[in-house]
Amino acid sequence: MSVASAVAVPAEARPQAPVVAVRALPLVAIVLAGLVVAIAGNWPWALTFYHVVGGALWTSIDLFVGFVVGPILRSMPVPARVEFTRRLMPRMLVIMPTVVTMTLGAGFQLARQSGHLATSDPRHAWVVASMCVVGVMAVVALALLSPANLAVVFELRKPQPDPAVVGALMRRFVYAAGVTGAMQVATFVIMTRLAS
Amino acid sequence: MTETRLPPVTQLGAASMAFVAAGVIYLAAYLPKHAPLWFALACLGCAAGLLALNAALLARVPSFAWWRFFQVMRWGLLAYLVVGGMLEYTFLYDRVHGSLLVVLTCMLVLFVVNVPLLMAFTVARFQRVDR
Repeated sequence: MSVASAVAVPAEARPQAPVVAVRALPLVAIVLAGLVVAIAGNWPWALTFYHVVGGALWTSIDLFVGFVVGPILRSMPVPARVEFTRRLMPRMLVIMPTVVTMTLGAGFQLARQSGHLATSDPRHAWVVASMCVVGVMAVVALALLSPANLAVVFELRKPQPDPAVVGALMRRFVYAAGVTGAMQVATFVIMTRLAS
Repeated sequence: MTETRLPPVTQLGAASMAFVAAGVIYLAAYLPKHAPLWFALACLGCAAGLLALNAALLARVPSFAWWRFFQVMRWGLLAYLVVGGMLEYTFLYDRVHGSLLVVLTCMLVLFVVNVPLLMAFTVARFQRVDR
């Protein structure tokens, strides 16, 4: 089946997917409220929990999407690729900002608490290095990955999605996910160095 | 592809955000002490200039799906105002004050405007101009 015929399914035959997984938003609100409470209370366990769980999810999802899902997606039949993308993207729009906020918010507070932020701390350089890695990932994710993600969702909501647009945006999405995945390897080195 | 020739909004927006990231990292690397502000101010100026240039170039595009652009921009702004509000709360909670708080808040404003602008542009560039 050609790309054009695969995405040219009549609108009435294809249920309209939401732009964002709205049903997950209450859960996001609970998670973020918990983060605010953890920071306000300055509890080491809660901050570590948020930082480790958020970081593990962020890293795993980035690596999994960039190096496992991406190549599989490229080898899938086009109709399956379109259907998978249509279901994945609204969820990614909710999951990724939440895990990133968890990791960075709790991580910054932990760095303050542990004294690593102080310029006199021997591990200060590692904290600054991690900030630089996060800065690169933030620019790639927010300027390239997230807009491409959203544009794919809007394109697939059209009665006649343009296969060239979907293809170009998905390429951008997968390459950007690959770059952030590779940056996560640098994060492994920094975080294990900081924790040891 | 239903794309007309458009200014390099994504590239300029990414560059603007890179300047914001560089400025914030520089300032955060000194916390809780106050960093010398000249580098952060230079980053802030470059980021603001690029954002203004981006807006000016985009405003001159003759035919664009503005209805979709503003729809995504509105919701994006709402979402990133929440994110920005949380970050501002963190600054205040950490007792950041004075000129440092002003510079960080200005960078936060640029971040909060830049991200929805890039999302709205990327979505709208592939939409029909007429509704």
